[in-house]
Amino acid sequence: MNPYNYLYVAALLFTIGAVGVVVRRNAIVVFMCVELMLNAANLTLVTFARINGTLEGQVVAFFTMVVAACEVVVGLAIIVAIYRSRRSASVDDASLLKR
Amino acid sequence: MTTSTSLIYLIALPLAGAAILLLAGRRADKWGHLLGTAMSAGSFAVGLYQLSLMLDRPTEERAVGQKLFTWISVGSFNVDAGLLLDQLSICFVLLITGVGTLIHIYSISYMSHDENRRRFFAYLNLFIASMLLLVLGDSYLNLYVGWEGVGLASYLLIGFWNQKPAYATASKKAFVMNRIGDMGLSFAIMIAFASFGSVSFSGVEEASHHASEAALTAIGIMLLIAAAGKSAQFPLQAWLGDAMAGPTPVSALIHAATMVTAGVYLIVRSNFIFDAAPIAQLLVVIVGAITLIFGAIVGTAKDDIKKALAASTMSQIGYMILGAGLGPAGYAYAIMHLLTHGFFKAGMFLGAGSVMHGMNDEVNMRRYGALRKFMPITFITFGLGYLAIIGVPPFAGFYSKDLIIETAFNAGGFKGILLGSTALFGAAITAFYMTRVMVLTFTSPKRWEEDQHPHESPILMWIPMAILAIGSVTTGFLFTRGDALKNWLKPVFGDHGGHSEEHLFEPIVVSAMAVTAVLIGVGIALAKYQFSEVDAEAPQNVSIFTRIARKDLMQDSVNESLFMRPGQALTRLLVKTDENVVDGAVRLVGRTAVGAGSELRKTQTGFARSYAALILIGAIALIAGIWVVTQ
Repeated sequence: MNPYNYLYVAALLFTIGAVGVVVRRNAIVVFMCVELMLNAANLTLVTFARINGTLEGQVVAFFTMVVAACEVVVGLAIIVAIYRSRRSASVDDASLLKR
Repeated sequence: MTTSTSLIYLIALPLAGAAILLLAGRRADKWGHLLGTAMSAGSFAVGLYQLSLMLDRPTEERAVGQKLFTWISVGSFNVDAGLLLDQLSICFVLLITGVGTLIHIYSISYMSHDENRRRFFAYLNLFIASMLLLVLGDSYLNLYVGWEGVGLASYLLIGFWNQKPAYATASKKAFVMNRIGDMGLSFAIMIAFASFGSVSFSGVEEASHHASEAALTAIGIMLLIAAAGKSAQFPLQAWLGDAMAGPTPVSALIHAATMVTAGVYLIVRSNFIFDAAPIAQLLVVIVGAITLIFGAIVGTAKDDIKKALAASTMSQIGYMILGAGLGPAGYAYAIMHLLTHGFFKAGMFLGAGSVMHGMNDEVNMRRYGALRKFMPITFITFGLGYLAIIGVPPFAGFYSKDLIIETAFNAGGFKGILLGSTALFGAAITAFYMTRVMVLTFTSPKRWEEDQHPHESPILMWIPMAILAIGSVTTGFLFTRGDALKNWLKPVFGDHGGHSEEHLFEPIVVSAMAVTAVLIGVGIALAKYQFSEVDAEAPQNVSIFTRIARKDLMQDSVNESLFMRPGQALTRLLVKTDENVVDGAVRLVGRTAVGAGSELRKTQTGFARSYAALILIGAIALIAGIWVVTQ
């Protein structure tokens, strides 16, 4: 199978993720879209590793997964904390840091 | 040239005195004046010793030099800090240290009530050291150091009582006007180095024999500007009258006998330049002639005894500059007049100080009168100086001034007649205003209030006056006996061959004319002041000429309208340019950054999604940019 197809899939996933982050208000969904973009990048790394026949890309993909796992923990904790205090998971409501 | 190792002591002694007195502070108050006087006297003793050594040597080996250290060594530019004592320098050394020591002695008593007397003596010693460096330096650069040193000492001493704002202003005025002259000297040094590659007297003299006249003229004019600044010559004369703000011994030493004659020294020392640059030499003569009349006219209108003497100093230095501008025939006479003037003018200034001392520091001559009875010694010493300055034979001024007038007449053609008549006319005015000073102060009826108690000054003050008076009587005769001074100085001015012996008038005729001019001046002054009533207040309904003369021939107004106001306007323009253009550009940069920042701040909405959108757009733009560039 042509390995470039994986790249197309990755691009598609990344686009879905990016659009999701911009247009959705729900913090959980935005968060999942961020994960989609991360995984699109992972997929690209692995694909290029395959194309070039080297291991580096795959190794970096593992790093990304580990970092993503940590980030999920922190991110979800923040979302839960915000939800508890404000009774809302909308990212537009948490706009207290402007100017 | 013979070398010597003892020249440095001439300068080192007073310099050490100044350093000790300034560094020791109040601890030296008790003995500071004694140390200062001793250092000056020590320097005089070294000078006499040097003179005795010099007399022992044959004429051609009389000049001695001493190399102190290598001062500047940059590529082909080498200047040694070196001293040169020749027949010309030794005259100045003895005048400076001799008259200087007498004035130190006088000041012990004159300044005894001043709590800063130690500081005064420190400055006097600093002045003596600087002035000696000026006349002993063997290159223009060494001379320049002394030149600036005397300028500093003059500034410090004019403003010695700087608690009075007018005195502080006078010292600043003197300093600033002197800077103009100093600039001329530094330009002269630069031109000399650029054209000849040397700044030493011997080097420049060597090079001047085959140098272009243009370069020599440029150097000569710059040296003339320097001399005019230091010697209060037209057009830089305005500072000298105000310099009388300093204590009277300072006026006697610095602003009559020594420092103001530095310009004459400079021109005479640079004789090889002026001899080869006729245009510069002509300018010297013109400056001298203008100043001698200018000072004399100002002198006739002044009621302040010190300012009248200052105007007279200006006029007498005009004679010296005139003599120096007459070339080889006049150099020796310029120096002779300088030396005799050093005696009689210093003596008269000390006499004026003695009068002020007895009259509660009153300086207005219209409030004097009849002081002959109360101050007999001052009257006699001042009177001898007076007879010397107006040129009554056989007093000193007669010989020296008469020789300058005679040389001026012999300058040849129309120029000679013009210069000679000017000098003669100046002699008549000199006789007039000096008689006026004499009559108003000593012999006319008393015009002072009853609470004045005029009294003779203490012995420490009148002894220096007496010695200077003896000098005023004898020096002219001694210097001219067998052309003593002229022959003594001859080696310094090189062998120019015998100057033309064609006389416009016989010497005796010139003397007769000079004495007649003097008698006319004295007669008018006597008629006007001795034999008619003098008001204690200066009359106000006077002619326009008197009013102009009282205002120093408008010298300050001219300077203000020609230089000060345009200068201020230029300064204001530059300040405005600085504020609006230079500062404006800087402020524009700042305002642009601030403005851009406050505009960009509006994108900080606090909405996470808009940030994300911006990041996305930015990333896409970046990638698109890279893609476009790499395609």
